[in-house]
Amino acid sequence: MTNLDLSPMPGAAATPAMLRSQVAMELRLLSRNGEQLLLTLVIPLMLLVLGTRSNDVVDLGAGRPIDIITPGILALAVLSTSFTSLAIATGFERRYGVIKRLGASPLPRWGLMLGKVGAIAVVEIAQLTLLSVVGLLLGWDPQGGLTAFAQMVVLAVLGTAAFGSLGLLIAGTLRAEATLAVANLVYVLLLVGGGLLVPLSRYPEAARHVLELLPSGALGQGLRDSFVGQGPGAFSIVVLIVWAVCCGLGVSRTFKWE
Amino acid sequence: MRYGSVTAVDGLSLTVEQGTVTAILGPNGAGKTTTIETCEGFRSPQSGTVRVLGLDPITDGRKLKPRVGVMLQSGGAWSGARAYEMLRHIASLHAHPLDVDQLIERLGMHGYGSTPYRRLSGGQQQRLNLAMAIVGRPELLFLDEPTAGLDPQARHATWDLVSELRDSGVTTVLTTHFMDEAETLSDQVHIVDEGQVIASGTPQALAASGAKNTVRFTARAGLDVVNLMHALPHDTKVDEVSPGAYVISGDVDPALLATLSAWCAGEGVLTESVLVERQTLEDRFLELTGKALR
Repeated sequence: MTNLDLSPMPGAAATPAMLRSQVAMELRLLSRNGEQLLLTLVIPLMLLVLGTRSNDVVDLGAGRPIDIITPGILALAVLSTSFTSLAIATGFERRYGVIKRLGASPLPRWGLMLGKVGAIAVVEIAQLTLLSVVGLLLGWDPQGGLTAFAQMVVLAVLGTAAFGSLGLLIAGTLRAEATLAVANLVYVLLLVGGGLLVPLSRYPEAARHVLELLPSGALGQGLRDSFVGQGPGAFSIVVLIVWAVCCGLGVSRTFKWE
Repeated sequence: MRYGSVTAVDGLSLTVEQGTVTAILGPNGAGKTTTIETCEGFRSPQSGTVRVLGLDPITDGRKLKPRVGVMLQSGGAWSGARAYEMLRHIASLHAHPLDVDQLIERLGMHGYGSTPYRRLSGGQQQRLNLAMAIVGRPELLFLDEPTAGLDPQARHATWDLVSELRDSGVTTVLTTHFMDEAETLSDQVHIVDEGQVIASGTPQALAASGAKNTVRFTARAGLDVVNLMHALPHDTKVDEVSPGAYVISGDVDPALLATLSAWCAGEGVLTESVLVERQTLEDRFLELTGKALR
């Protein structure tokens, strides 16, 4: 038997060390989770490749399909990580008492949140890089140069704030199974008809006015506008900010840690 | 503490001495977990005061948490996290954690270190939960039913560890509904029922505080029981229930047995058998909380 010194020597690790550990743990768990990888990488990649032939299915409008579909796929990647993946993971963390367990540890609650933000940031950087490179290999010809990519970063941050707080709003109030169902359903609905992949101009007039108010429509359209060199419209930005603020307030009022 | 219209813990008051093991004993639904989780800062009392190490568990949570080790009754790990990984992660949140490899060795966890949490048996999960509670070298430990679902070997291993922690200066508060656990481990027992402490004391004192205990002994017939009674404390009774068979009833303690032996020696009497029948903590518990199932 080893000689283990059990005498008390309490203390919290330094905050940066705790945060690094928390982000690393989240990433390890994510990389081991097949469904999450399917959602965050495989589906967007598949749709990107298929998107080059999208005109056989749906008319995306004037221009080459790859130039229209790639920004939409980037928006989809943000949605999958910041909304679906976050909501499901958080829902099950509540169910399994992980959030409660960590709540009893020296890691503060904002540290738990920052850990999530950090993990999402790492995943999104990987997603956006990979998908952009594959898009370029498939012939994507983005306009607007580096400015457009900088605008993409801003939109991704705002989109993540909007989708992420919406995801936490669901995960913090519903049971884990219900969260799983709702998060997947919303993902599919927004993917098919949320103005993510198909430009808003291709929708009927009435639908367009609703869709441009959704975070999916705002993010998709914002990215498409950026990569034709126009920059995102102020309207898209405002829509994303309003969603982020409203859902964020909702989260702070309703989120239950267990 | 109220949940809706149900008052789970009502005017419960207890104090824990540093460096001791305190057991909160009670039937299911008595308010044990609510009490302990209020001390851990998971619940905010609607009235009353909770101070843990002199701090408010909610407003001083940041200061308190590093000093306190918590073992939840169930759960507490990502289903996909491996046992080692989970323990290392909790260790990494502390400034001076125990050596994880040594702790794994000590708790006999090496057989399932790389098994994901969801595939661990109930007992293995309990062991990991205990390891997560102590890895940060806390000065105060809250264990919520630490041996529920463990096999006898694992229970004894847990008891050994809790004793060793006490010897190292760690204060432990645990909930249990196992009498033998409270009796073996704790310095102080609080029996809780319907949200209130209904009895407190050392396990021995609690067990002795109910119905009187008895000593049966056999010796030659016809001893002078009145004379013996005078030698013993005044509320003690002695009867010769059948020739040569005697029953002493009263507060049975070591002093009483010593007095009995001395008296017998004085009389030149050799006792052939002495049987002490003490009420157990379980008897006392059932006496206090009733036998009805809940």
